[in-house]
Amino acid sequence: MTDATEMTQEEREATLGGIGCARKRKEDIRFIQGKGNYVDDVKLPGQVFGDFVRSPYAHARIKSIDTEAAKAVPGVLAVLTAADLKPLNLHWMPTLAGDTQAVLADEKVHFQNQEVAFVIGEDRYAVSDGIQAVEVDYEDLPVLVDPKQALAEDAPVLREDVEGKDNVGQGLRTHPNHIFTWDVGDKDATEKAFSSAAVTVKEEIFYQRVHPCPLEPCGCVASMDPIKGELTLYGTFQAPHVVRTVVSLIAGLPEHKIRVIAPDIGGGFGNKVGAYPGYVCATVGTIVLGRPVKWVEGRIDNLSTTAFARDYHMTGELAADSHGRITAIRVHVLADHGAFNAHAQPTKWPAGLFSIVTGSYDIPAAHIEVDGVYTNKAPGGVAYRCSFRVTEASYLIERMVDVLAQKVGLDKAEIRLKNFVTPEQFPYTSCLDWEYDSGDYHTALNKVLEAVDYRGLRREQEEKRRNGELMGIGIATFTEIVGAGPSRNCDILGIGMFDSCEIRIHPTGSAIARLGTKSQGQGHETTYAQILATELGIPSDDITVEEGDTDTAPYGLGTYGSRSTPVAGAAAAQAARKIKAKARKIAAHMLEVGEKDLEWEVDRFKVKGLPEKAATMKEIAFAAYQNLPEGLEPGLEAVNYYDPPNFTYPFGAYLCVVDVDRLTGEVKVRRFYALDDCGTRINPMVIEGQVHGGLTEAFAIAMGQELTFDETGNIQGASFMDYFLPTAVETPVWETDFTVTPSPHHPIGAKGVGESPNVGGVSAFSNAVVDAFAHLGVSHMPMPHTPWRVWKQCAALGIGE
Amino acid sequence: MSKIPVKMTVNGRAVDDLVEPRLLLVHFLREKLNLTGPHVGCETSHCGACTIDLDGMSVKSCTVFAVQAEGAEITTVEGMANADGSLSALQEGFMQEHGLQCGYCTPGMIMRAHRLLQENANPSDEEIRWELSGNLCRCTGYQNIVKAVRYAADKLNAQREAAE
Repeated sequence: MTDATEMTQEEREATLGGIGCARKRKEDIRFIQGKGNYVDDVKLPGQVFGDFVRSPYAHARIKSIDTEAAKAVPGVLAVLTAADLKPLNLHWMPTLAGDTQAVLADEKVHFQNQEVAFVIGEDRYAVSDGIQAVEVDYEDLPVLVDPKQALAEDAPVLREDVEGKDNVGQGLRTHPNHIFTWDVGDKDATEKAFSSAAVTVKEEIFYQRVHPCPLEPCGCVASMDPIKGELTLYGTFQAPHVVRTVVSLIAGLPEHKIRVIAPDIGGGFGNKVGAYPGYVCATVGTIVLGRPVKWVEGRIDNLSTTAFARDYHMTGELAADSHGRITAIRVHVLADHGAFNAHAQPTKWPAGLFSIVTGSYDIPAAHIEVDGVYTNKAPGGVAYRCSFRVTEASYLIERMVDVLAQKVGLDKAEIRLKNFVTPEQFPYTSCLDWEYDSGDYHTALNKVLEAVDYRGLRREQEEKRRNGELMGIGIATFTEIVGAGPSRNCDILGIGMFDSCEIRIHPTGSAIARLGTKSQGQGHETTYAQILATELGIPSDDITVEEGDTDTAPYGLGTYGSRSTPVAGAAAAQAARKIKAKARKIAAHMLEVGEKDLEWEVDRFKVKGLPEKAATMKEIAFAAYQNLPEGLEPGLEAVNYYDPPNFTYPFGAYLCVVDVDRLTGEVKVRRFYALDDCGTRINPMVIEGQVHGGLTEAFAIAMGQELTFDETGNIQGASFMDYFLPTAVETPVWETDFTVTPSPHHPIGAKGVGESPNVGGVSAFSNAVVDAFAHLGVSHMPMPHTPWRVWKQCAALGIGE
Repeated sequence: MSKIPVKMTVNGRAVDDLVEPRLLLVHFLREKLNLTGPHVGCETSHCGACTIDLDGMSVKSCTVFAVQAEGAEITTVEGMANADGSLSALQEGFMQEHGLQCGYCTPGMIMRAHRLLQENANPSDEEIRWELSGNLCRCTGYQNIVKAVRYAADKLNAQREAAE
């Protein structure tokens, strides 16, 4: 029946381009020819532009807004203020965290560059003229930029709109500027462990405010069809389906009348998860004017208003026995959430998955308390290339382990090997109740130590120290928690965090698959097709992968928190298995045998014992449309909504070697060795690319990125003049390595990788810099490790000149 | 605002139009000529996503007015394919060496690398890094971009040698 003779099994397998091969990316062909389709490339008939009048003040009362002159500017079509949105009840919008956020400032501004009015005009130049013609009269108010001061007894009340409310969505409040307290772990057991510990260490660790800063800023095009009453919203959305639901809830439009399209996205890194005032104003604009309205933010708008990350003031403590075996961890976090509680975590988790803070270590007791606070800064608190606050948690534990090592006089690799969860303990339940699916931390770290000749490096460091030179070796052995997540503990606005895949096999044996996630550069069109190729026996080149159009793709929760492979990748495998089950029935019919007589081989069902008798998937596909067993419906399609049974826990061991110039404070990364274990590897080329990129973002955070504010709330450094994005010159050369410990609960054993390098990278850099000073009694230095700061440390030690 | 006539050659095609004097070249290319390869990633001339080739120089088209390009020869990424329509060595290099992820910086990177290879046919890795330092990438960590440029340089040099 089949053409079984022409290729060997191995050749057929290679032809598939399935799991494990370094397939070249399918999306590249349009990008290298300038034919990507990003949101600012969308050009609809009659399209107009909109942009914001923004507040120069961080905290002020708006006495009046005069839009008359602006409306008279040639080309200006409309100017919206809070007063215009109020009758529609759109002047405030709900946040994912249960709070509300002003769409356009309502009587008060709460942070610098806050959106005050929205000017719509024929082109971006007319809009710019209009913005300058809007007159706003402000009365400035006292500003709070320090979360500690925000909780002072006599501190000015920032959010008058929620004054007197004892809960703004995430627990009881204790102060007008306090948002929530989140408390996990066993406080008594932890206290007991600390009071009886041979050694304790404590450190104030601030993870500075940074910004994900994708190269393409956020934007949208809203287009209302007034005849059909249908809204199409194109935008930079990491989670297009969630956006559709949110728009429906906020704007009161029925959900089936809304189509959300996320076209090509120029990087996200968490920045494009949230809902921003621009989306609401463009939508109102198109409803009012009956013309499509485009809003695309500038870089300064991006860095100063849409979704910052971190800003965690952490106090970390470890208790240990005299041999450096950790017995307890205690952490308090003062979390600066800015003017509105608009962080993007699963709804029930005000500090995300921060309780992964025990890391790769078997720690018997833990207690964590996080207090969220309002300040006069932009709202946000997204996960910048990490799963929900995992970077903050990992940074804390990886720093604290080093602090402890220095205190007890243990080598920094040795203390890790001593405290790791052991391979036999998996699946391992941490004292904060996470069930780690699989891991082998000892093998990972030992492999790295050997690869870099760790002992040799330490000997070299000893020698350099004797000569007064500064050399640091930083180790990070992180565990991530990704793939949110099981609907029993993860939801967004009540919607379980499942994801989905729908597959249609065409009669001639090619296929289209649609998923609920959305690539922002991860290469989904390439890698999902590889999963399907292996599962279905159809070459990946014959499988089109589509995402981002809510009219065609099944509902999913989107791409962030390294969830695409763990959740939608699993859905793809499961949907494929449904198809394969039906294909088996059709094959049995075609080959006139029972289903049990068939076995699968690469791309076909073979009759057991009769290898020449087989039906290929291509043949089965055709039969599905004309030659079916009785009672079986035609077609070959399946959809799967995958609710993961657990998170996945990627891990890795990173080692960084730096040389510090004590006269200039300059830190030179000499070597960076990154070993990642993301379980089953779908495309090694794509994985390596993701690791390079994540490490580069980690390098940026550790060595230079920080959004600071002066005492009047002026944001400093919110443009590329100041905000550090490393160029090819500063960026180190990366060495990568891997081990493979598959996830036991994932259909193909994959865990997700995109964010690991950022999670592990930041600690590795920071630990390396501090290690360079460890022999001089330094246990911690605040990030980012800019030359000025490092030099100040040298000067304080009397070695700066 | 009164408009000014402007003439230039873009990707081998003669273009003439009336524009406001304040219209940026990048907006002229993207919105008037529908050449959306050049991207806008900042307003301070740092990111390089809008890089084009103008009269034999790499130029950030967000920092040039359209009227300043009067009489200029411009190439954008859309004009980078070989004469027979096949991918140029650089385009091929970016694909083969996984020199891109989200693709937003890619048109600017390719245009900058194109000019670099015109000026230095055999750059070292360090030279490639220096010469591309006006172009930011958030996804790749540059390592594979360096490889992509190397790939193109090697291929073009081999072709030149074969022709000699």
